Amino acid sequence: MSATNSKFLLTGLTLPDGTASDLQIANGVITAIGKTLAKNSDDQVVDLKGSVVLPGLVDLHTHLREPGKEDAETVLSGSMAAAKGGYVAISAMANTSPVADTAGVVEQVYALGQSAGFVDVFPIGAVTQGLAGEALSEIGAMADSNARVRVFSDDGNCVHDPLVMRRALEYVKKFGGVIAQHAQEPALTKGAQMNEGDISSRLGLKGWPAVAEEAIIARDVLLVDHVQSRLHICHLTTAGGVEIIRWAKARGINVTAEVTPHHLLLTDDYANSYDPIFKVNPPLRTQRDVEALREGLADGTIDIVATDHAPHPAEAKECEWQEAAFGMLGLESALSIVNQTMVQTGLLTWEGVADRMSLAPARIGGYENHGGRIEVGAPAHLTVINPTQSYRVDRDLVASRSRNTPFHGMELSGVVQATFFRGIPTYLAGQLTSIHSNGSYSKSQGGTSL
Amino acid sequence: MSLALPAPDITRALTRISHEILERNSGSESITLLGIPTRGAHLAKRIATIIEGIEIVPVQVGTLDITLHRDDLRMRPPRALMPTLIPPLGVEGRNVVLIDDVLFSGRTIRAALDALGEIGRPKSVQLAVLVDRGHRELPIRADFVGKNLPTSIDQSVLVHLTELDGADEVLIEGGVK
Amino acid sequence: MKHLLSINDLSKSEAIAILDTAQELARVSDGPMKKLPTLRGRTIVNLFAEDSTRTRISFEAAAKRLSADVINFSAKGSSISKGESLKDTAQTLQAMGADAVIIRHGASGAAQRLADSKWMSGAVINAGDGTHEHPSQALLDAFTIRKHLAKSGEDLTGIKVVIVGDVLHSRVARSNVLLLAKLGADVTLVAPPTLLPVGIESWPCKISYDFDSAIIGADAVMMLRIQQERMSEMFFPNAREYSRYFGLNSDRVKVLKPTTLVMHPGPMNRGLEITADAADGARSVIVEQVSNGVSVRMAILYMLLAGAPEGELVGITREVGAL
Repeated sequence: MSATNSKFLLTGLTLPDGTASDLQIANGVITAIGKTLAKNSDDQVVDLKGSVVLPGLVDLHTHLREPGKEDAETVLSGSMAAAKGGYVAISAMANTSPVADTAGVVEQVYALGQSAGFVDVFPIGAVTQGLAGEALSEIGAMADSNARVRVFSDDGNCVHDPLVMRRALEYVKKFGGVIAQHAQEPALTKGAQMNEGDISSRLGLKGWPAVAEEAIIARDVLLVDHVQSRLHICHLTTAGGVEIIRWAKARGINVTAEVTPHHLLLTDDYANSYDPIFKVNPPLRTQRDVEALREGLADGTIDIVATDHAPHPAEAKECEWQEAAFGMLGLESALSIVNQTMVQTGLLTWEGVADRMSLAPARIGGYENHGGRIEVGAPAHLTVINPTQSYRVDRDLVASRSRNTPFHGMELSGVVQATFFRGIPTYLAGQLTSIHSNGSYSKSQGGTSL
Repeated sequence: MSLALPAPDITRALTRISHEILERNSGSESITLLGIPTRGAHLAKRIATIIEGIEIVPVQVGTLDITLHRDDLRMRPPRALMPTLIPPLGVEGRNVVLIDDVLFSGRTIRAALDALGEIGRPKSVQLAVLVDRGHRELPIRADFVGKNLPTSIDQSVLVHLTELDGADEVLIEGGVK
Repeated sequence: MKHLLSINDLSKSEAIAILDTAQELARVSDGPMKKLPTLRGRTIVNLFAEDSTRTRISFEAAAKRLSADVINFSAKGSSISKGESLKDTAQTLQAMGADAVIIRHGASGAAQRLADSKWMSGAVINAGDGTHEHPSQALLDAFTIRKHLAKSGEDLTGIKVVIVGDVLHSRVARSNVLLLAKLGADVTLVAPPTLLPVGIESWPCKISYDFDSAIIGADAVMMLRIQQERMSEMFFPNAREYSRYFGLNSDRVKVLKPTTLVMHPGPMNRGLEITADAADGARSVIVEQVSNGVSVRMAILYMLLAGAPEGELVGITREVGAL
């Protein structure tokens, strides 16, 4: 498949609203939508019968590890993993080394994303210098840089000092920004290993109580209301947190929230094996929490799905639980999990998925040219999934540099068939291709297994 | 299944064995009877009772479990241990009479000799069995035998004792017709 | 049973079988037969990433009495303390031909990680993993209680056991609650609320904050060690308050029945959780717990290594007539 020919006719699709349709793309833009479109002579035809087409997925919470931990992931490998999962735009959290708290680092990451050519990478800037939680970083410089940062987060760490959080919320108003909070009260979670509950008490692993998340969320929704700014809550995991956000939104407070695919599917029962592939921060919680999160995502209390893709090298997971790093891969399995937990259960339609995984994340992040509906004239950022196929996750076949997927060996329902970024298929028929490709930056992946 | 030894014959055999033990050891003073659990232990008790009836004085009697000295432990799941109860005068310098129900390959007795060796140095070790069915795999022989029962290797010899099984009998089972 | 990682690995009958086997081994190896050939030719490795002289020597003595070869791999000065990973250590042991590894480690779940991994193939015995479990300690505690208060072959039905102290951080408490409940005992945990884990309502025992009412009618009182570090972590104000409410002192000893056992897994903080006269008094079986430990550990090694791999204990029909 040549990357330079940019005219495509996609046939046999179903749009998010359920109508059957073909789709025509030329020069990076959707040129026609309709049942049985006429083929132009230079169109490459791609038959995608049985698949649903969504606006290209946007991930507001990704860890790309570059600069500093390139053994786990690079901007390039992370971009490729994203394309394989159906993403056209991802973020890059600031907890790199050096920390992304200056214009220099965010511009570097942005440039790496552009040159990789698989997705748009939107760097997230740190709220505080070095993520230390004490002094504000150069938010303005990052906002005005080439990276045009609008989302600021100390993710990995909580902005726990209420005064620092207040100042950050106030300051970003000048730049149209949003503070994305990793809600974890540090004093209640020192040395914590997994959700605090029946299982942690039996396993002898130090607990991470739900209240340590809920208390910060409660504080911050009141704060953001007081200073009239914008707040985003990262990786929500607790039923209590969902209720607090529901309450806040009912009062008109400007807060948004995200949930990860793994928190929609997995519970803390998986810790019974002591296999740290299931160790993540914030931790897996109870079935009751999983159900509350699914309901929250369904009714819009939770605005988006965000992967919190967190690659780690093998030695960080092949050890005792308490020595292991926190984090799971997420980009490649995200859409399948949402299909399985939300669409197949009747909780969300495909239009809902389009909103939670493309429109809303792009809106919250201020990502230009993304999160638009599928309509003629729109940029051709598209994700195509066959919801009835299923596949067995194999960690040795992932595009990411790391292998830490908790879903290894599990059957997931829904297989991404194609990802179109600026009208070029970055992922199609099992093959990953950069939009700059003339043979370079291309990685072939056999078969349809992900 | 055939009856090789009915109850009265068992009693007569044990009586004869008891007399033979006394004859060989010139009385009961120097002997220590050690039955190999499970059924050997009951037989030892019976022989002790018979001997005490003859000699009037009490005789040293106990049990010797050989499980921990078996050479075939790794072929089956771990076996439960049976009690080892060595009587007060011990085994040092004594004439130990090991007592078991069936003598077959000889491996049980080999294990018993090893176990005994850990405990002390008897003056002699003698062996009394109710049934000798042949097919020895080691150079072991009994000093006192209730009945010699020629069997084929694919047959089984079943010893039942009233204390455990409700009746006294020795049965032979199986084999090619 | 291939490994012993947790009391949950044992059925009730397997647990009783271990106690019965330990009983016979105690009689035999303390008496007539000091050394048994049963595990001759087998290599047992003590992998002690955490210091513990008492438990390590106990396992070593148990293994040697069964004629196994013992290799000690302990924390100080070993490659584990220099940061060699559990995986690399395990692969070294595999290369050395270890039939069994007895592992004591500071991380909860370390024994299970070793057993589940493909790094080595021997049997794994958990000698204490973080704050998770210490199965052999629970077995020797149950053995001690049974020896004094119940007959052989029986379980611990109706026996009232009170366990006192830092339950939150105690692997001994976790294993003991599981085993005592499995054997039918009536267990009460006594601790300040700060030292009881969230989720304890799901454990098979009662809880109480009041030591004095809990010990009324107790058949055994087991004191847990309270570590000095807990005081700086604000689990209780100071040592004085802790001793006052949760220490076994002479006033509390006076309330006990003459037959009540006083137990402690060791090492003791004399004067903090237990006073000298309680530790050394007539009811104390603390020293006996240590010697029972060797027989129980011999039974565990026998169960795991003597028979064919991965078998259930084969019981020979119990005799009707006692001998």
